[in-house]
Amino acid sequence: MSATLSDTRPFDPPAATARSLAIQTSGMTKRFGSATVVDNVSLEVPTGSVFGFLGPNGSGKTTSIRMLLGLLTPDAGDVAVLGRLIPSAIPEVLPAVGALIDGPAFYPWLSGRKNLLRLDAFGPDPQRVTRAQRVDEALARVGLTAAGHKKFKAYSLGMRQRLGLANALLRPRQLLILDEPTNGMDPQGTREIRNLIRELSHDGTTVFLSSHLLAEIEQVCTHVAVMNFGKLITQGSLADLRATTVERLQVQTDDRTLASEVLLRLGMEPTIIDGTLTAATHGMTPEIICRALVEGGVGIKSFGVERPSLEDTFVSLTGEGFDVAQ
Amino acid sequence: MLRNELATLFRRRRHQALLLVLLLVPIFITVVIRFAGGPDAGEGPGFLAQVTNNGVFATLAGLTVTLPFFLPMAVAVIAGDSIAGEGGLGTLRYLLVRPAGRGRLLATKAIAVAAFCLVATLVVAVGGLVSGIVLFPIGRITTLSGDTLPLANGMLRITLASALIGISLLGLAAVGLFISTLTDVPVGAMAATLGLFIFIGVLDTLPQTKALHPWLLTDHWLSFSDLLRTHIVWGGIVKNVAVQAGYVAVFGAAAWARFTTKDILA
Repeated sequence: MSATLSDTRPFDPPAATARSLAIQTSGMTKRFGSATVVDNVSLEVPTGSVFGFLGPNGSGKTTSIRMLLGLLTPDAGDVAVLGRLIPSAIPEVLPAVGALIDGPAFYPWLSGRKNLLRLDAFGPDPQRVTRAQRVDEALARVGLTAAGHKKFKAYSLGMRQRLGLANALLRPRQLLILDEPTNGMDPQGTREIRNLIRELSHDGTTVFLSSHLLAEIEQVCTHVAVMNFGKLITQGSLADLRATTVERLQVQTDDRTLASEVLLRLGMEPTIIDGTLTAATHGMTPEIICRALVEGGVGIKSFGVERPSLEDTFVSLTGEGFDVAQ
Repeated sequence: MLRNELATLFRRRRHQALLLVLLLVPIFITVVIRFAGGPDAGEGPGFLAQVTNNGVFATLAGLTVTLPFFLPMAVAVIAGDSIAGEGGLGTLRYLLVRPAGRGRLLATKAIAVAAFCLVATLVVAVGGLVSGIVLFPIGRITTLSGDTLPLANGMLRITLASALIGISLLGLAAVGLFISTLTDVPVGAMAATLGLFIFIGVLDTLPQTKALHPWLLTDHWLSFSDLLRTHIVWGGIVKNVAVQAGYVAVFGAAAWARFTTKDILA
């Protein structure tokens, strides 16, 4: 156990913060040999949020998740989940946390149903009386009722993923930690999962969702954090992240010189890319820009103000190409 | 938790096949003795010669034949697989975030492996006993000292001897459990456990390592036969139980130290 966690040094988040943060880490660091896989990460996941944990493959997402769940001991820093320290409070905290970590893993020779019965039996709170019913409900929730009696080895990748989700939903949870939950699923399945996440979030469950698929995050998340090379690059609400992006004007016209002069007078720095005039708007509304151009005598073929997608923002934060981080 | 672990362990086809083999070995031996004749007294593995006179000796004959290899192999498979098998499947991470508790999970696995040692021994004993009773006459038990004992007394001693053989496997089981916490490759843990067992067997035969012999887990394995003397000699039996207890304590503690602090990457 790490000295920082087992000794008495308090990282007791104040009660108010504990209630408002489902996950809080401070300076969380993990090294494997000489490689620092997770480097001084301080996450703050608000209670009730759908928190997207983004990053290219190998950026330290799964290692971070393993530390949140007490599977790995951090080399430095502290981890609190649901206001309690991990790993010391694992027996009290983890029953309220459902998790899908690094893909589903089950016993191939057991049926889907028997797999869930076994995992449920291994907790500190067996609740044997309701077990069969909870298992059946979880299977129904992910659409596996018909396949519940089939052996796990006969499951397709998508079905395996669904069974992993069913395991995460075996009990009422305060927090769900889902690592790449739609991996290997068809578009239909992906949509079902998205709806499921919305539903769970609506019921008050905090959802911590890791992914390298931006579309997935953008559609369901209220908050995001971006990891790259083991470091936390940014975190905050989706609205905040969007606000950091720069709105750009795009104008197509034959009077490019004239248009450039007008934009320069407005304090913008226009450039011409592929025959299209483009410039950061600096907060100026499209109405003002458009009127200035028209009054300046510019003939406009098309006019638009665009905010970059989250994908562009993500790439600008992590670098082009989704290279596997070293 | 323990109930599910035991059910999962004994309902797995692979493990049932293992137990089936252990059941067939003593039956095979008894049948061979019945139809091809047993060895002359004093020849062949222990107790084989007595089977023709008294079928209940097939219990001990079967155990004596399976003890050098079949039983240790089965134990190495189960003990080596215990933690490493969960690691290899990836189910270990899901058990631990359930949360099963690392100490609790290890204790459950240890009890299940110990249960398997006793069940495996029981299967061999029952296979021998039943086939012996069916194929041979039974009656008063002739002791190693040459006297005879009433059947009931003799059966009690044979039962006790079988239990001692089950206990003899616990030291190896503890070694296997420890090795199993070191890796996520179950086959590696099984092979390492079996390899170590064979190595210990070799050491036990070398006169040059005589000083080590009393500490080797197999050194007093045959002490169970002392129960079959008219006046039971307890010295070797007590030493055997003490050595097994020592291995369980040392390797159990090592497994606990390793498993409760291990980074789970599987």
